[in-house]
Amino acid sequence: MGTGKLPIKNLLRKPGRTCALVLLTAFLALAVFGGSVVVRSLRGGLNSLEARLGADIIVVPGEMASKVDLKELFLQGTVGEYYMKASALDKVREVEGVEIAAPQTYLTSLKADCCAVKVQIIGIDPGVDFTVKPWIDRSLSRDLGDMELAVGCKVSTGVGENLRIYDRSCRVVAKLAETGTGFDTAVYCNMDTMKTLLAAAEEKGIVHRLTSDNGDRISAIYVKVAPGYDVSDIEVRLAAHVRKTKTVRTRTMITDVSESLAGIARTVSLLAVAVWALAFVVLLIAFAMMIAERRREFAVLRLLGTSRGGLTGLILTETALCSLAGGLLGVGVASLAVFPFTTLIESRLGLPYLTPSTGTVLALAGTTLLVTLLVGAIASAFAAWRLSRVDPGTTLREGA
Amino acid sequence: MSMVLRAENLSKQYFRKTGQANCFYAVKDASLALNSGEVTVLMGRSGSGKTTLLHMLSGLLTPTEGKVWLGETDVYGLNDKALSRLRNGKLGVIPQGRSAIDTLTALENILLPAQLAGKGGDIEAAKRWMAALGIEHLSDAMPAELSGGELRRMAIARALAQAPEVILADEPTGDLDDENTERVLTVLRDTAKSDGRAVLIVSHDSEAARYADHVYRMDGGELSPARTTGMN
Repeated sequence: MGTGKLPIKNLLRKPGRTCALVLLTAFLALAVFGGSVVVRSLRGGLNSLEARLGADIIVVPGEMASKVDLKELFLQGTVGEYYMKASALDKVREVEGVEIAAPQTYLTSLKADCCAVKVQIIGIDPGVDFTVKPWIDRSLSRDLGDMELAVGCKVSTGVGENLRIYDRSCRVVAKLAETGTGFDTAVYCNMDTMKTLLAAAEEKGIVHRLTSDNGDRISAIYVKVAPGYDVSDIEVRLAAHVRKTKTVRTRTMITDVSESLAGIARTVSLLAVAVWALAFVVLLIAFAMMIAERRREFAVLRLLGTSRGGLTGLILTETALCSLAGGLLGVGVASLAVFPFTTLIESRLGLPYLTPSTGTVLALAGTTLLVTLLVGAIASAFAAWRLSRVDPGTTLREGA
Repeated sequence: MSMVLRAENLSKQYFRKTGQANCFYAVKDASLALNSGEVTVLMGRSGSGKTTLLHMLSGLLTPTEGKVWLGETDVYGLNDKALSRLRNGKLGVIPQGRSAIDTLTALENILLPAQLAGKGGDIEAAKRWMAALGIEHLSDAMPAELSGGELRRMAIARALAQAPEVILADEPTGDLDDENTERVLTVLRDTAKSDGRAVLIVSHDSEAARYADHVYRMDGGELSPARTTGMN
C-alpha cells in the first residue's frame, strides 16, 4: 500500500510543524558544514604556506623582532618596510651548511600611490630564488625580466596585461596559486625593477624607508640548509655570524601553528560533535513528540490499509524531506556566512586561510546532507518502530 | 445471503497494573457471524467490550484467543502486509471519534483508501456517497472546518467509497441529530440490501436496532443475541 503524495501534503499543510523540523536540521547542518569548511580552510592555508615558504630558515632584520610578531608576519603574509644591509646576504652565505641564500626586498604601497589596487611589492633575485620562483615556473618557463611581474592570485590584473605602479607600466607575466595569506595580493619583480619603481615613487614625491640611495638593502634572506647539516645548528651559527639580524626556523613556526591549529580543529570538532549529539537528542525527542501527537492519525492510516512498512515509509519520507530541506538550508546559510567573509575570517584568526576546492566543498556539503538525512532517519525510525509495536485498535481506543 | 465475516470464540484479555484483579476480559468467548445483505446491530453499555470486539473483527486488535474468518481467510493468520491489503480492500471501518487526516480535504480523505491501494479513486462515486450523507458541499473543506457530525458522515462516506464486503461502524450516529441519524442508518441499511454488504453497527442508540436484521447485546465482555428481525 503506497502513501503517494501524502507525505508532501502533510508537510505543506502543516507549515508550523514542518518549519520547526526544518530549522532544527538546518541548525545541525550549519554547525557541521560551517565548522568543517573553516577547519579545512585553516589546514589548507597552512599547507599551502608551508609549501610556498620552502626555506628552512628566514633571516630578518633584528629591528623587526621587537616591532612585530614574526609568526604573524609570515603567516598572514603582510610584509612591512624593514631592511638590513645587503652585506648580510654575503655574511649568511659565508656560514658553512648554507646551501642557498635568496634575498627578498619588500615595499608596500597604498592604493592611491600607484595603481588600482593596494599591493605589496616583493623584489626577488630570480637567479638564486627558490621560494617564489618554483611557483612562477609553473606558468613562466624563464626568469622574470625587467619591468615584468608575477602577481598573487587576488591581484585582478591578468597575465599579458599591464599593471601601473607609480606611473610605470609593468607587464604581468605569471599568476601564482592561492596561499590564503597576504601574499595573494603581492606582486613579485626582480631587484632592478624594484629599484626602478622606487625611483618612480620618489619622482612622485612618495617617501619610503627604502630610498634609491640605500636601494640595495634587503628585507629578508631565505636560507636553504645543505643536506647533512642540522637546521638548528645552522640557525645558531647564523645568529652568531650575522649581526643585527633575527633568524626564524620556518618548520618550528609551521609546527607551532600546526599544533595550535590542531587545537582549534579539536575544539571545533568537539563543538561540532556536541552540537550533533545535542541536535540528535533534540531531534529524537522532537520526532518522538511529533509521532506521539500523530498516533491517532497513523492508527487511522493503518485502519485504512497502510501496512507497518508503508507507515514507516511515510514517516521516513516526511523526515527525509524535512532533513533534506534543513540540510540544504543549513549548508546554504553556512556558505553565505563563511565564503563571502574569508578575508575577514583570515584577519580575525591571524592564520593562513585557504578555502578548499569546489570539489572538496561539494563533498563536504554532500557528506553534511547525508549525515543530516541519516540522523533524521535514525531518530524517526526509532519512533516509527515503537509506534508499529502497538495495535492500531489500542491507539484508536486511547484517542476516542 | 452468505456468511462473510465470522468470529469464533473471541476473547481479549487486558492486564491492569493496579486494582484487585490484575487481569480482566474486555471480551470473553464471543462468537458472531455477519452475513452479506444483512445489518447487525451490537448494543451495550459503555465499557461492555463492543469497541474491542469491533476492533478484533476489523483486524486492528489481535485477540488473546479465538479466530476471525473473512470468507475462508483466517484474518489473524495473515502477515501484516496481507492483513493491511485485506483491511483496505474488503473491510470498511468507521472508528469512534475523529478519524480524518487533518492535512487532506474531505474529498481527499474519502478517496484516501483507494489511493493507498495505488488507485486514483472514483471521484464520482465518492461525491455520490457525500450527497447521500448530506455533505456534498464540503468536498474542499479541511477537517478543521467541519463539525463533529460532518466528520462522522465523512468517515462513513470513506468506508462506503471503499466498496468493501463488510462495513464495521462504531457509533456511526454518535454526533448526529435525529435527521442525520436516520439518513446514516438508512444509507447503511440500503448498502447492505442493494449492494449485498454485511454491516455491523455498534451503537448506544436504540434507534439503530430498528434497522437491524440481528441485534446482539454485550454485557461485561459477553455477547448474547437479543433478537433477530427488524423493520426491514
